[in-house]
Amino acid sequence: MELLRIQNVEKYYGSRSSLTKALDDISFTVEQGEFTAIMGASGSGKTTLLNCISTIDTVTAGHIFLEQTDITTLRGSQLNKFRRDKLGFIFQDFNLLDTLTAFENIALALSIQKRDEKETSKHVNEVAEQLGITDVLQKYPYQMSGGQKQRVASARAIVTDPKIVLADEPTGALDSRSAKLLLERFNYLNKEVGTTIMMVTHDSFTASYASRVIFIKDGKIFHELNRGDNTRKQLFDKIIDVVTLLGGDVSDAL
Amino acid sequence: MLFKLPLGNVRRSLRDYTIYFFTLLIGVAVFYVFNAIESQAAFLHISASTRQIVVLMMNVLSGVSVFVSCVLGGLIVYASRFLMRRRKKEFALYMTLGMSKGKVSAILLTETLMIGILSLVSGLLAGIGLSQLMSALVVKMFDADMTSYQFVFSAPAAVKTLIYFGLIYVVTMIFNAGAVGRFKLIDLMSSDKKAEVQKMKKPVVCVIVFLAAAVMLGYAYYKVAFDFGSIEDEWIMLVYIAMGGAATFMIFWSVSGMLTRLVMSSKRSYYRGLNCFTYRQIGSRINTMVISAGIICLMLFVTICTFASAFSLKSSLENSINRNAPADMNILISDVSENTPQDVVSVMRSAGIDPDEYLSEYVVVHEYTSGDINGDAFFGDYMEEAGKEMEHLFIGGVAEEMMYVSEYNRLAGLYGLEQLTVGDDEYAVAGNFAETIRARNIPLSHGHELTIAGRTLKPAYSECRLGFDMISNTDINTGIIIIPDSLTFGENDLARKATLLAGNYKAQSKADKRSIDSLFLNARDRIDTVLSEHADPDGRSAVYIMNTRLDLTDSAVGLGAFATFIGLYIGIVFLISCGAILSIKALSENIDSIPRYDILRKIGADEKDIDRSLFRQTGIFFLLPLLLAGIHTIFGMKFALNVLGVFVTTDEMLPGMLLTAAIVAAIYGGYFLITYFCGKNIIKSKM
Repeated sequence: MELLRIQNVEKYYGSRSSLTKALDDISFTVEQGEFTAIMGASGSGKTTLLNCISTIDTVTAGHIFLEQTDITTLRGSQLNKFRRDKLGFIFQDFNLLDTLTAFENIALALSIQKRDEKETSKHVNEVAEQLGITDVLQKYPYQMSGGQKQRVASARAIVTDPKIVLADEPTGALDSRSAKLLLERFNYLNKEVGTTIMMVTHDSFTASYASRVIFIKDGKIFHELNRGDNTRKQLFDKIIDVVTLLGGDVSDAL
Repeated sequence: MLFKLPLGNVRRSLRDYTIYFFTLLIGVAVFYVFNAIESQAAFLHISASTRQIVVLMMNVLSGVSVFVSCVLGGLIVYASRFLMRRRKKEFALYMTLGMSKGKVSAILLTETLMIGILSLVSGLLAGIGLSQLMSALVVKMFDADMTSYQFVFSAPAAVKTLIYFGLIYVVTMIFNAGAVGRFKLIDLMSSDKKAEVQKMKKPVVCVIVFLAAAVMLGYAYYKVAFDFGSIEDEWIMLVYIAMGGAATFMIFWSVSGMLTRLVMSSKRSYYRGLNCFTYRQIGSRINTMVISAGIICLMLFVTICTFASAFSLKSSLENSINRNAPADMNILISDVSENTPQDVVSVMRSAGIDPDEYLSEYVVVHEYTSGDINGDAFFGDYMEEAGKEMEHLFIGGVAEEMMYVSEYNRLAGLYGLEQLTVGDDEYAVAGNFAETIRARNIPLSHGHELTIAGRTLKPAYSECRLGFDMISNTDINTGIIIIPDSLTFGENDLARKATLLAGNYKAQSKADKRSIDSLFLNARDRIDTVLSEHADPDGRSAVYIMNTRLDLTDSAVGLGAFATFIGLYIGIVFLISCGAILSIKALSENIDSIPRYDILRKIGADEKDIDRSLFRQTGIFFLLPLLLAGIHTIFGMKFALNVLGVFVTTDEMLPGMLLTAAIVAAIYGGYFLITYFCGKNIIKSKM
């Protein structure tokens, strides 16, 4: 089932005399339960795309539909409500509140939605189990490792049961072991829980965990890979091939 | 360049400067207003004795002004530190661009100068405006004529304000330059990357500390407010005050840990909206400022007490005079020897103030003592019990004063007091000093009999009657024994103690009264001369006391005004300090919390919820010290009244209390609102 449809989206910066096309007529769709990775070099427009989908930024032209709702027409408090109820965010630098425990950080996402307080504990413990962080729930962020923090942040993103989870360089601040652990959890969420995930990254290894990889260059879709029946290793090799084709910038980032 | 940059900075960071500017403005205005009182009083038609009080008051006010300028100076240095902290990044940019520290200092100096001049000018203007309002208060306080009102600009006060604040700015600039000199580029650049370590206190310890503080506070409250009589040494008093102070700090220490736990215990409300974030923020805020919260609480307490007692003093003094000085004048000549003149009227005539000429009505009465009638006789077996009522007085061996009932009733008639009926074998007591009255009521209520001049008398009333002999400004009569006229003493049993003349002036208008009054007051030297002509062989002449109602009123008015102005001055400056310190603390916490609010926005919190959270944080932050100070005040005021021994009824206290509440609400509340709105700006979304 189609969940997200990006339709001829354009995003321009600057004035007429010096125009930067951050997104140049991009269109694609994301199915329910897909794990999509968006790859591209710095300045390719991948973060701009994510910002437009998450309504943090507005598009210059085109439409973005989430479940038939055109989110480019939402305004003001509708935007807040949309972001709060339909989306889950995972950031590169975790963005956990340092004054709250892991449990409270996760619970906050529920209480912001004004969910029934009686259910809070149940929901939090459930996602904590899925992400393997039950034993750090009572700890503060400064008492946790980076990998634990990112898994707490992921728990916060999915606890509200969002339509789609948007992750911006989720492994950017993690060591390779923690990154692997986190990505395996993402896979579990995607396969077992059915969470739709869209992840922006410039790291081929990270992207290889996805079921589908979209490459962006200069604001346009450059190529697309589907995992199909391939193993992760096979997909990784394919990604490397594309990255080599993409040239310069991305290979620098490897 | 060196002018354009700071100008732009000031304009851009006008919002940050709000607190700084507001504090300076109030400071300057208050400073001017209180130093301008002298010029305003100069235009008033007030008596010479009141004028003297004004002079004394101005001397004290200038002394207080030095103290005030120190407080404000400290405050301004503190506030400018906050501004610098806020702008570390900006300074780092200047320095990476190759600007020297001297140049940065110069920019900062120009900014301070601009804000300084701006606030000085607007503060002075506000001060001149406010001081016209103050004129009305001055007129009312000194009971002067409102018709003499005119617009007053006090040049000396303005110049003084300019000099004092000029000095304060110079000191601030020196401090700022020193701070810039210590800048390190690396610290400036990484100033916002500070890892926050959240320390949670052990809840058990918090509860124990809190309970200990509550017990200490309760004990100190009980001792000073309700068990005042048992306090014998003054140093014990200091111990109680120290206990109260320590308990205040302990409460803030423990509340910071307990508040969160308390809200947490109710799972439903803790996980509602942003509550868990809000209370964690408040907890950590109070945690980092236990000391300053305690000091602010104590300062608020002192301020509220100062206001309330200063405002109540005037009305209580006036009421007391109306009660205790029902006649225009009286004169009392105490006998010291056989030679003391018996006839007070002729003494006054010789001194040039003939009672028949100047008084419309007067009475002359006599007071006696008798050798064996003293405190021991009066209290008899009840001495010990009565002694508990009079901790500070011991009247055991002191001879009791006596008056014949017919003479007392004539005096009481003039004063408008109750006429007493005393039978041939009865006695009564008239007095109004609360402590001794309570003591005397004990033997009276038991029908304790007195043997005077061989006759056994029993009490005509079971308690003291309200009455006094001399007019005065307060309830001070410890009790006169009223004896029946038929009682005759043996030759050596009765000694005359004093002769008292009380009367009202022969005058229609207020002005006439004034002129007769000064006639009497100016006759003091001549009365001395007359009395010294009658000195005994050893050269001892009789002692006399002359009181006039106008004289008593003048000093009471002066004292009331004195207390009010000094109280207002110190109180307002304390309030400004509390408000500014809290405000700056709250705002720098807000700055530190900017990333947290950004996170809240990213995970989809409503702006409305965020605003509400900030409002609650700021509100509780401001309310907590005020709340504790309020509780302190209830008991502190009771104690203050005990110490002063002033009889103030609740009705007399109420207007003063309301006025206090209004001033605190205006200044403290003003700071709260400004802090909230500035805070809202600081955490405003940059998305």
